Amino acid sequence: MNRDTESLLLLLLGGAALRICADDTFLRYVKGWTRPYLLLAGAVLVVLALLSLWREHTTPRPGRSRRLRDGPPRPATGPAPGPACEAAAEVDPALALPESGGAERSESHADHGGPRVAWLLLLPVFAIFLVAPPALGSYAAARGSNTIAQPAESEFAPLPAGDPVTTTLSDYATRAIWDQGRSLAGRRVRLVGFVTPRPGGGLYVSRIVITCCAADARPVKIAVTGDTPSLAADTWIEVVGTYGGTDSSAGKSAQVPVINADSVRSVRSPSEPYES
Amino acid sequence: MTAPQTSPPQAPAQAPTPVRSAQRRALTSTDVLTAVLVLVLLARPLLSRVADGAAVRTWATVFVAICVQALPFLVLGVLLSAAIAVFVPAAFFARALPRSPAAAVPVAGIAGAVLPGCECSSVPVARGLMARGVAPPAALAFLLSAPAINPVVLVATSVAFPGRPEVVLARFLASLGTAVVVGWVWARFGRSEWFADRRGPDLSGVGRWEAFRISMRHDFVHAGGFLVVGGITAAMLNVVVPRSILDAVGSSEWLSVLALGALAVVLAICSEADAFVAASLTQFSLTARLAFMVVGPTVDVKLVALQSGTFGRRFVVRFAPLTFVVAIAGSLLAGGWLL
Repeated sequence: MNRDTESLLLLLLGGAALRICADDTFLRYVKGWTRPYLLLAGAVLVVLALLSLWREHTTPRPGRSRRLRDGPPRPATGPAPGPACEAAAEVDPALALPESGGAERSESHADHGGPRVAWLLLLPVFAIFLVAPPALGSYAAARGSNTIAQPAESEFAPLPAGDPVTTTLSDYATRAIWDQGRSLAGRRVRLVGFVTPRPGGGLYVSRIVITCCAADARPVKIAVTGDTPSLAADTWIEVVGTYGGTDSSAGKSAQVPVINADSVRSVRSPSEPYES
Repeated sequence: MTAPQTSPPQAPAQAPTPVRSAQRRALTSTDVLTAVLVLVLLARPLLSRVADGAAVRTWATVFVAICVQALPFLVLGVLLSAAIAVFVPAAFFARALPRSPAAAVPVAGIAGAVLPGCECSSVPVARGLMARGVAPPAALAFLLSAPAINPVVLVATSVAFPGRPEVVLARFLASLGTAVVVGWVWARFGRSEWFADRRGPDLSGVGRWEAFRISMRHDFVHAGGFLVVGGITAAMLNVVVPRSILDAVGSSEWLSVLALGALAVVLAICSEADAFVAASLTQFSLTARLAFMVVGPTVDVKLVALQSGTFGRRFVVRFAPLTFVVAIAGSLLAGGWLL
């Protein structure tokens, strides 16, 4: 791998980082607070790449011949560097022709040409620009068990005012399991999440909780009972209902809180798909 | 990459036909890159059909998430590493650290507390330290302690385990202890020939900022590819390994410590997030969850890939198992004492 290729890879990767931060795409992968760091990292890579392309095409280094060549096609994502695209790009040793002075030139770079594995840097670039994988959904939610960490305080503040009162799924589950549902009793609650099919029929309203990135995902699932319409997995729904105890049929370590639904209707997916 | 042989006047057998003519330039990797980009763009419809299955989509999301999340830390790491290589005089570390490796190891381990990054930044920084003449055992102690005991990680741990300051203390002691013990073991038994001979870029005759730019790009390209390898593996294990096997081992204390240590290796969660995952593994003892937090920042599949790219395979097959064993022992000790 020659220096131009290294620089172009950096440019593509930095561009990919900037691309996902340009809208809400990055929220599918990481938490919102990482945005400034991602923007900074992307910018550093783009600047480093452009600077490198510019320097290495305008500043001759000793012992290197300069030759003009036809400008090769550049990927559309990067601006073409300086006008004289000289072949400072070292020749791949395996493909080098002795005539071109390749032996001498590539020798001077052979020790710091990028390793083959660096080609893999293209994978995240392709994944972001071409596939743009969606946020984790029912597949991940169905795989993980519902484990809710014990909260700091053993005293639970009453739910805020409102009828129905909107809470996060994590809050609902924490109150259900660690407060035995006492602070939920007698209130109508509104939950927003996606549909995960429940084994044996019915559905969970579910949400994925992440701290840094989708690799540390933990699902929260709440069983919906009552008159539930049949909805496809991953449909975003709003459930309004009352506390319905917990279902511990899946074992004590994986208690599932229940909501008795008064109404279930589909809604638009939120811009931030995860809870924290 | 190896230095090319002086080729005979005939074009080498493997040279493709386009470069036969002596007048035309040889095929460079930039041409290959361009060709790959064009091909992938053309094959795009096919690609999105492959990414249709739920498991593949989940894998792709986790893979991109690991890469995206590691990127700022890797950039920070190579920035610091290049800065160490270019702007810090070599004599500085010789003066700052004790002469004998046995004494330098704990100093370097405690110095790890000042790098507020995760494991992805500490690998290039440790390499930069070694290139600047820091003894390998001390640089390795820094490598292990920095992602585990820096203030950001300790604060995250105290938030994840509210009202349990002893968990934070146990994590700090077990992680620092692991770093120092591994450093000492390395000082006693480590051999320099286990490190792959990876010379840095040729920086002779260039200005400081030019040298900074060249080392930064060099370090990033070298580490980046291996980070992607780690991301591929971690995402695959994340999707493939069923969590239900964890429930099976939860009952036995010894088994659960080992199981959560292994889970930390497999999941490759950033050290700033692992405390929250540990907190949610409520079916396990605190000691087992401590093992998860002590092993994670020091040995995981992403880190092993990054280390083998930076220090070589012969290094990593010795270093990673050693670290794992010491980290498990450290967690058992600290957990038994404090938790």
